[in-house]
Amino acid sequence: MTPPSKPQSMTELTAEPKPRTLPLRRTTVDHSRVVDDLLDRPQKVVARDVNFFYGEHHALHDVSLSIPQNCVTALIGPSGCCKSTFLRCINRMNDMIEGTRLSGQILLDDVDIYRPRTDVVELRKRVGMVFQKSNPFPKSIYENVAYGPKVAGIRQRSQLDEIVEKCLRRAALWEEVADRLAASALQLSGGQQQRLCIARALATDPDVLLMDEPASALDPKSTARIEDLIFELKDSYTIVIVTHTMKQAARVSDQTAFFYEGRLVEVGATTDVFTKPRQRQTEDYITGRFG
Amino acid sequence: MSSAPSVTAEKPVVSGGPRRWGEPLMHGLLWLCALASVFVTISIVLILLVESLEFFRQVSVVEFLSGTVWEPHATPARFGILPLACGTLLVTAGAAIIAIPMGLGAAIYLSEYATPVVRDVLKPVLEILAGIPSVVFGYLAIVFISPIVRSLFPQADVFNALNASIVVAIMILPMIVSLSEDVLRSVPRSLREGAYALGATKLDVTAGVVVPAALSGIMASFLLAIARAVGETMAVTLAAGKRPQLTLNPLESIQTMTAYIVETTKGDVPRGTLGYQTIFAVGLTLFLATLALNVLAQWILKHMREKYE
Repeated sequence: MTPPSKPQSMTELTAEPKPRTLPLRRTTVDHSRVVDDLLDRPQKVVARDVNFFYGEHHALHDVSLSIPQNCVTALIGPSGCCKSTFLRCINRMNDMIEGTRLSGQILLDDVDIYRPRTDVVELRKRVGMVFQKSNPFPKSIYENVAYGPKVAGIRQRSQLDEIVEKCLRRAALWEEVADRLAASALQLSGGQQQRLCIARALATDPDVLLMDEPASALDPKSTARIEDLIFELKDSYTIVIVTHTMKQAARVSDQTAFFYEGRLVEVGATTDVFTKPRQRQTEDYITGRFG
Repeated sequence: MSSAPSVTAEKPVVSGGPRRWGEPLMHGLLWLCALASVFVTISIVLILLVESLEFFRQVSVVEFLSGTVWEPHATPARFGILPLACGTLLVTAGAAIIAIPMGLGAAIYLSEYATPVVRDVLKPVLEILAGIPSVVFGYLAIVFISPIVRSLFPQADVFNALNASIVVAIMILPMIVSLSEDVLRSVPRSLREGAYALGATKLDVTAGVVVPAALSGIMASFLLAIARAVGETMAVTLAAGKRPQLTLNPLESIQTMTAYIVETTKGDVPRGTLGYQTIFAVGLTLFLATLALNVLAQWILKHMREKYE
């Protein structure tokens, strides 16, 4: 879909200041620049003709989508359009559901993750995931973050301490929990729990971070914190986020993909998709005519 | 709207309808049903208490609880419950040592590893195992288990505590498996997914997340199973022998509290004598032990369970 990456231009591009929020209807933005930016980056994840089945049910139809590195890609669409299904294909989370099947290819750094002999455990260390409902383990805050590194074989206490602090800082939670790392994670508020889950996902040092409606169960203030966080994290990670709210997609993402009834209807730079959608369905959805 | 006098206006709406006798009648009948179980429970506890009190008027509680010889029908009679308690403890501990690891293992297998087909076959089989009458287990212990135990340990008595432990372990196994499996399966799917998403293997997820999350329920299932083992009567009466003695050697013949009660109730000790009243004192001790285990299990379930919402 897109030509191979030009890594040498990367640093220059990431150094450029990004607009903090992308307003819904402002036509003065230089779209071509944004589009070039997306195309110039290495493509971290490339889906080619992905079809996905739950038993007999054909859920995803011929989805081809490139996800550029160090960008935020938002997957939007009405409920039941299978955007979460697509997200869960990227770390093979759907493998856990009986009777599912995928055809086509999903490349992570040019390697097909669905080829036989793929080590799914290794894959999931490189592709972290944050879920819609925060799901901290019923363990201490420390143990939650240390879980990933521990199963990866890190046993040294000092090393774990370091990872836990680094990830909690990255997830903007360190200040709030530094003095009670041994407390149960279930005592945290909803927003804190979700940031803990983000810290936990960062602790395996993934390249890609998948987020399935990470803020849908949170109040506006916690949502804003998560969005700030996503904005900061994209310098180090490639982020794919499923979201129900158009505004969130517009605020946090660089690229937006619109799914409808299991098909990828349109994908492009977020500013383009929101200001001059090419497809009628996209326009109807983002202007709130359905969905 | 304003005209058209309402036809129904003259009919009384609220009062004077047909009297519904059925409602209060059913209410009362159901209340009686509920009351019956409470009444029976209280009565049993009262009878136990009153009869035991009669016994403890003649034998001091200290002697009863600390005595190391149980010879209620000898002269002079000695009423130290420790040998019987020791017998119960020996059988129960042995059964727990065998049944807990096996039961937990089977529960984890059924909940985490078994395919739906395997589970659909294994669960009903376990339920059948739970439904086998305990007297059958008792003679199986004598006919099959005892010879095996004696071929492995030639010094073992024909009736011995190990027989009883093995057979009681088999009896409480379905309870542990079924209760533990329920709590394991009720661990939210989201927790499992969260762990898998971090690159955990199935073993990591099971041992590091699912089992710890279900631990309170698992512990409660152990306690309920142990309470069942303490109260188990028929199989241990047949398998363990009837020699009350203070020993921790599972190969010797012993007597449990339940087995003593069976023996004395069926025996020729005249009613109203001190020897006869021992069964109430022993019964009360048993009751308190199982009650404590049940209360502890309930407490663990209520206070240690992690809240996921």
